[in-house]
Amino acid sequence: MSVMPHPTTTPSVGKTDVEPQAAAVTLKGVGITFQLKGRAAFEAVRDVSLSVTDGEFVAIVGPTGCGKSTLLNVAAGLLTPSAGSVAVFGAPLAGLNRFAGYLFQADALFPWKTARDNVAIALEIAGTPTAEAHARADEWLARVGLAGFGPRYPHMLSGGQRKRVGLAQVLIRDPKILLMDEPFGPLDAQTRQIMGNLLLDLWSTDRKAVMFVTHDLEEAIALSDRVVIMSAGPAAHIIGEWRVPLARPRDISEVRLDRAFHDLHREIWEALKGEVLKGYAQTGG
Amino acid sequence: MTRSYLIALQVLVAVAAIAAWHVLTTVPIFGVTVLPPFFFSTPHDVAARIVKWFAEGSIWKHLWITLLEAMLAFLIGSVAGVLVGFWFARKPLVAAVFDPYVKIVNALPRVVLAPIFVLWLGLGIWSKVALGVTLVFFIVFFNVYQGVKEVSLTVLSNARMLGMNERQLMRHVYWPSALSWMFSSLHTSVGFAVVGAVVGEYLGSAAGLGYLIQQAEGVFDVAGVFAGMVVLAAFVIVIDLVVTLIENRLLIWRPVAAETRG
Repeated sequence: MSVMPHPTTTPSVGKTDVEPQAAAVTLKGVGITFQLKGRAAFEAVRDVSLSVTDGEFVAIVGPTGCGKSTLLNVAAGLLTPSAGSVAVFGAPLAGLNRFAGYLFQADALFPWKTARDNVAIALEIAGTPTAEAHARADEWLARVGLAGFGPRYPHMLSGGQRKRVGLAQVLIRDPKILLMDEPFGPLDAQTRQIMGNLLLDLWSTDRKAVMFVTHDLEEAIALSDRVVIMSAGPAAHIIGEWRVPLARPRDISEVRLDRAFHDLHREIWEALKGEVLKGYAQTGG
Repeated sequence: MTRSYLIALQVLVAVAAIAAWHVLTTVPIFGVTVLPPFFFSTPHDVAARIVKWFAEGSIWKHLWITLLEAMLAFLIGSVAGVLVGFWFARKPLVAAVFDPYVKIVNALPRVVLAPIFVLWLGLGIWSKVALGVTLVFFIVFFNVYQGVKEVSLTVLSNARMLGMNERQLMRHVYWPSALSWMFSSLHTSVGFAVVGAVVGEYLGSAAGLGYLIQQAEGVFDVAGVFAGMVVLAAFVIVIDLVVTLIENRLLIWRPVAAETRG
């Protein structure tokens, strides 16, 4: 848990000294209620407390529609919680989370920009000269395995390639916190494994704090240090947390054959199963 | 179906239509000419008239005037449409207040404005430009408004998370999105610019293709009317080709629907 936050004068978290012990992201008693037009209020998330330490890879798993993405939006500062508080590196979050990079579930690339421009823009808006931004964008495209794809527009790339561009776009800014909302959800099983390995490979070089939302328990265990399970909505809350005892570096496809992987999977599934069924019952399948 | 085969069939339709026109206007069937040349002219007369116009060079002045009016109408209408579209989309209160008036003006058949424009702006090109502007403006305005409104929320959130400020959002997100909507209606808006110019000329002017047709009609010169229509059609097709070229260049990032083979 974090120590008491230093109040900063800047509206969002400023570039003040980062407290070494402070968690990267701390959610305390967060509740989110949406006021629906002409209908009763909908309580998506109730009383969620969660803290992600610097360098930790946390996966948040829950049945579809349980408010996991909503929680991520709160951590990103895109959504203000109705109750509770959010702190980033010990300082209360107001406005957008400037420490965070966000990889969205849906296509978030600018369709009118080439892959290179999509990655370079992340630097250019912060004032990096175009030539330098382009050179570094090319480097990053190469790192995500897309060397030579710079001049292509998003519609000319496959779903997996677009995710790679998205990853490069987020990582080129070197955010301290990485928020990922079912980033590999729409991809086929093989591509997901390849992307998972790519992600772990990139992450291992500088170990950012990661909040990774998924509905796939296997993916969560294979990638993360800690798995957080959420209940079915409405009023979704955390029903359990498990540490993942698997050694790093990992290979996603091999780690699934590990004995510890199976034991943990069975244990978590026992807890999650009831919630998944509940989720199905509510949405009618 | 190969391309050359298709073109051959297309040419065949034109040849058949012109042949039918020729036969019906010149060859009496059971002693009756089905289409009297006085009302329908003949392909030969129309062709001769067009050749004469181009040989004498008198047509160029009219083409130029119509082109100038259409281009001015398109430019002024587009710029105004983009500015107002942006303004409305970014200021919901303004959009809400002006909404009924926009609907009223847009519902009005623009031709009835032509006499007013002639009174205000005279018989020169500006009354035609004004008529074209009222047509182009609404097409561009509605498209830009829609384009700014319908920016994907995910793309917008992503842009904000990447650290874009309001000005950068304008430049890198709203502007390209609005322009793509505007360009997708380029054919319509350019077409309406030409319509505005020609209709304006027809209703009162001293030059232009619309004037040419109106003059010919005034003296029952049917060959002149048809010749004017043919030149106008060719003129519009050339403009449409140019627009297609520009569009392909500007919307290069757009996915193209996979071509099907027959």
